[in-house]
Amino acid sequence: MSSSAKLPGWKDYPPGMDITLPGSAVNTKTGLWRSERPEWNHKQCIKCAVCVIFCPEGCIDLRPEDQCPEADYEYCKGCGICARECFTGCIKMVMEKE
Amino acid sequence: MGKRQGIEVSIAIAEAARLARVDVVSAYPITPQTHVVEHLSEFVADGDLDAAYIPVESEHSAMSACVGAAAAGARTFTSTSAQGLALMHEILFIASGLRLPIVMALANRSLSAPLSIWNDQSDVMANRDCGWVQLFAENGQESCDFTIQAFRIGEDPRISLPVIVNFDGFILSHVIEPIEMPDQAEVDRYLPPFKPLRVLDVARPITIGPVGIPDIYTEAHMAQEDALLRSLDVTKEAWKEFDKVFGRRYEPVMCHDTGDAEVVFVIAGALTESVRTVAKNLRARGEKVGVASIKLWRPFPFDDLYGAIEKARAVVVIDRAMSFGGPGGPIALEVKSMLYNRPRKPAVVEFIAGLGGRNLPFEEIEGMYAKAKKIAEGGAAAPYEIVGLRA
Repeated sequence: MSSSAKLPGWKDYPPGMDITLPGSAVNTKTGLWRSERPEWNHKQCIKCAVCVIFCPEGCIDLRPEDQCPEADYEYCKGCGICARECFTGCIKMVMEKE
Repeated sequence: MGKRQGIEVSIAIAEAARLARVDVVSAYPITPQTHVVEHLSEFVADGDLDAAYIPVESEHSAMSACVGAAAAGARTFTSTSAQGLALMHEILFIASGLRLPIVMALANRSLSAPLSIWNDQSDVMANRDCGWVQLFAENGQESCDFTIQAFRIGEDPRISLPVIVNFDGFILSHVIEPIEMPDQAEVDRYLPPFKPLRVLDVARPITIGPVGIPDIYTEAHMAQEDALLRSLDVTKEAWKEFDKVFGRRYEPVMCHDTGDAEVVFVIAGALTESVRTVAKNLRARGEKVGVASIKLWRPFPFDDLYGAIEKARAVVVIDRAMSFGGPGGPIALEVKSMLYNRPRKPAVVEFIAGLGGRNLPFEEIEGMYAKAKKIAEGGAAAPYEIVGLRA
């Protein structure tokens, strides 16, 4: 694989493949995995934040201006848990386009 | 100088772990390992050993606790046998993959079914590829010495790998032998305090054991293989240093009378002593026979063993385990694959003996020699034979 060729060689990793840089997981943009994205109907939203609590990636936040939830699509994997748990049904999973 | 005393081999191993100043012992009792961990728990309870003894509910948990303890920077010891090792299987690979220098004394016992508490080496052979350095003791002295050496070998920062000390169940574990027990000052001189490659520390956070994506897994395995291969030289060095401090010499393959031998026995573990007695008797009758005893099973000492057998006409390999559906016993398999690309190829005469505690009398060993001699003189080689099998 040409992408592997640019990565460090086997002698260049720490023993046991430790990750020595805390918080390095933010570099992995898991949003690339998504096939469906959650979209909010903010008029219907009651701002209960159940979607924030259930998001396994912790990538849903409440907007400072109106406390409405929104996902960080760089990390949202499109798992759909927020849409399933939402009390008002204001989250729809929408197919990503090419 | 240590004192020579009559002591049960299991107790000597527990004593060796105490002399090595282990910080954490995590184990689950199983026959025939039981006395090792019983004595260690007594040492801790009586205040004779300043260590944490973690009584777990299974061997899977025992090895898991060892992984955690070693990752926190503790000198860590465990002991098990047979089904216990099988239950640890999953975590064995994690300990070596994470390069945690845990030491395990393995009282070799046959695997169920049929249920057998007795001795053979099928437990370790089923875990041959787990990435640990693996030593084979043939008597009580070696069992004790190897336990101390295992910490020095495994903790060497050039490799940082876990080590298994194999000692045959009952034949060694429950036998009282004269053993020169090292004294604390000697052990302290030989074994420096454990300086781990890295430790779990909230002040300097790291992740130990992250996922290895396909881009990384191959490189991780190569690095692990490289460390295990380099442990051959580290082990030789540790043995040289041991000789300097304690005056006892060890090599990856211990040779007796192999120089001019036409037939060389290759064996690992306690039956070496029976084979050596038979070889001595045969020598007295003018037979050119030698014994090469494998002390280091992983990494396999290919060059050392080849040096011991290359001039022989036939090699008798005695295995103490089956490799179901394979080409013979695990040691014979190693010997044969080693010889395939070497210039000299003595005939390999294979025997599987002493399964599930079956006795191996001297006459059977003499019989092996007679068969090998016939093959050395031009007879046809045969597939492996199970010694003493009833038709």
